[in-house]
Amino acid sequence: MTTIETSRPAAARQYAGLSLRSWRMVGIAALLAAACVLPFSLSSYHLFQATQVLVYAMVLLGLNVLTGFNGQISLGHGAFYAIGAYTAAILLDKTGVPYWATIPVAGLVCLVAGFLFGRPALRLEGHYLALATFALAVATPQILKYKHLEPWTGGVQGIIISKPDAPAGLPLDGDQWLYFFCLIWTVPLFVVGWNLLRGRTGRAMVAIRDHPMAAATMGIDTALYKSLTFGVSAMYTGIAGALGALVAQFVSPDSFGFFLSISFLVGIVVGGIASISGAVFGAIFIEFVPNIADQISKAAPWAIYGIFLIAFMYLMPMGVAGVVRFAAARFARLASERRAG
Amino acid sequence: MQALMHQVLSGLANGGIYASVALALVMIYQATHHVNFAQGEMAMFSTYVCWMLLQAGLPYWIAFILTLGFAFIAGVAIERIIVRPVEQAPVLTVVVVFIGLLIIINSLAGWLFSYTIKAFPSPFPSNAWYGSPFMSPHEVGMIFVTMVVLALVFAFFRFTPLGLAMRAAAQNPVSSRLVGIRVGWMLAMGWGLAGLIGSVAGMMAAPIVYLDPNMMGGILLYGFAAALVGGIDNPWGAVLGGFIVGVLENVAGAYVVGTELKLTVALVIIIGVLLVKPSGLFGRVLVTRV
Repeated sequence: MTTIETSRPAAARQYAGLSLRSWRMVGIAALLAAACVLPFSLSSYHLFQATQVLVYAMVLLGLNVLTGFNGQISLGHGAFYAIGAYTAAILLDKTGVPYWATIPVAGLVCLVAGFLFGRPALRLEGHYLALATFALAVATPQILKYKHLEPWTGGVQGIIISKPDAPAGLPLDGDQWLYFFCLIWTVPLFVVGWNLLRGRTGRAMVAIRDHPMAAATMGIDTALYKSLTFGVSAMYTGIAGALGALVAQFVSPDSFGFFLSISFLVGIVVGGIASISGAVFGAIFIEFVPNIADQISKAAPWAIYGIFLIAFMYLMPMGVAGVVRFAAARFARLASERRAG
Repeated sequence: MQALMHQVLSGLANGGIYASVALALVMIYQATHHVNFAQGEMAMFSTYVCWMLLQAGLPYWIAFILTLGFAFIAGVAIERIIVRPVEQAPVLTVVVVFIGLLIIINSLAGWLFSYTIKAFPSPFPSNAWYGSPFMSPHEVGMIFVTMVVLALVFAFFRFTPLGLAMRAAAQNPVSSRLVGIRVGWMLAMGWGLAGLIGSVAGMMAAPIVYLDPNMMGGILLYGFAAALVGGIDNPWGAVLGGFIVGVLENVAGAYVVGTELKLTVALVIIIGVLLVKPSGLFGRVLVTRV
C-alpha cells in the first residue's frame, strides 16, 4: 500500500543544470507565485473555491499525518473540523475577540480534543478505530444540535459570521484578503508538516504504522506518539475548520455530517495516502468534483466519490501524487538515457 | 411503570432489528475479519427491491421471499466482484473499499428510487389480535419474524452439511481446503447469508423508520454497537447484544438524554465497550503471542 521514501542517489544527477531537488524547489516556488497571483485574476466565486481548496488542503494534510503516516484510520475527521469551526464561530459571536485570534484558539482546542480522543483510541486498532470514528462522524450533527448546547451553538440555525475586512492600507477586497489569510496559514502548516514528517518524529510515526512491535522495541514511546499524532492531526483539522467557518461565514450542524468526513477520506485516497503533495491534489478534487457532479444529479457526487474510492484502491493505491511521482521518475530516466545515448 | 414497560417492550422490538444487523456483521467478521460498513446500505437496497415488487402488485410474503433471494445473490456478487480482490489487503484498503461500497449503493438507491421518503407497508394488520397496549402488532410480528429467521440461520449452521462446511471455512481455511471445501465460495455464501439477514432487518424496520436511502444509518450504528456488546466473534452474543442495545436505546431516549441524541448513545456504547471490554460480553479474548 505504502512505500517508505528513501533518499535516492538520483538527487545528485543533473537535469538541464539543476538537480532533482532544485527542480522541486523551483516547482514549489512557481506554485507559490501562482498562488499569490491567483486572487487577482479570478471572479469572486472562483476565488471562494480557491480559498476552500486551501482549507481542505490543511485538513487533508492533517488526516494524512494520522491515517497515511501513522496508520490510525479516522473516518470522523469532520468532527474535529466542526469543533474548530464552532470554536471560531462561538468566539466571534459571544466575545469581542478579533477574527484572527480565533484561529490559534481553535487549533489549540482541537489539539487537546484530538489528544483526548487519541488516548482511548490507542487501544483500538484497525477496524475498531474505523468503527469508533465512523460512529463519531455519524453522531456529530446530533451533538451539535443538542438543545442544552443551543445557547452557544445556535442549535439547528447555526451561527452567522460576518466577513473579516482586509487590514487598512492593503489594496485588497474582503474575498482576496480572506484568501491570503488562509494562504498565510496554509504555507507554514505545510512547511511544519513537511519538517515533522521527514525528521525523527515522522520516522517514528511511520515505524509505528509499519510494525508497532518493532517500533516499541526500538524505544519509540508508541502510546505517546500515537496520541500526539492524533492531537496534531486534529489541530490541523481544527485550524482549517476555523478558517473554513470564516470562508463560509456560517456554521450549522448539518454541514458537518457524514458526507464531510467521507469527503476527507476521499481526498486523501485520491490525492495519495502518506503523501504531502497529495493533500493539495485531494483538496482540488473534493472542492471541484462534487460541484461539477451536482449538476448531473443529486446522487452523482456520492456515486462518483464511491467509484473513485474503489477504483483508486484497485488501480492507483498511491493516488494522484503517486502517479505524478512515477511520471517524474520516468521522465527523469528518459532524459538521462537520452543524454547518455 | 406502564410507560417503562412500554419502552422496554418496544425496545425489544427494535432490538430484533439490531440483532439481525449485528448477526449479519458478525457472520462476515467471523469469516474474513472485515467489518462491513456497507451492511446497512445493502439492507436498504433490498428493502427498495421489496417495495418495487409490492408496487408491481405481488402479495407481501411472496415479495418478502423474492427479496431474500435477491439479497442473497447480491451479497454473493459483491463478495465475488468487489471484496475478493482486497481480501488480503491492509485494513485501510478494506475500510476504504467498504466505505466506497456504502456510498455507491446509497447513491444508486437515490438515483433509481429518488430521495423522497416513502411509506412501506407492514404485513401485520394494525388491529390484529396479538396487538396490545404495550406493543403494536407490527412490533410483535417484527420480533416473531426476526426470531424465525435467526432460528433458521442457526439450524442451517448447526444441522446442514453446507452450514458445517461454511463454519469450517471460517474457522480454518487451510485445513478446510485440504478436505475439499471450496473456501472462496463458502465466504461468498457467508456474504450472501449476511445480505439476506440484513434485508430482513431492512424490511422489518422500513414501516417504522420509513423508506429512504439513508434509513439504515442509525440502525447500522446500533448494529455495530450490538455486535460489539455481544462480542464481535460470537453470533449468540450479537443477537443478545441487539436486544440489550435496543432496550438501552429506548430507555435512555425516554428518560435520560431525549430522542435527539439517540445516535450519540450508540457512539457512547461503541466507545465504552471498546474501552472497557473490547471482546464484548461473550467474545473470546484474543491474546497475541509475541
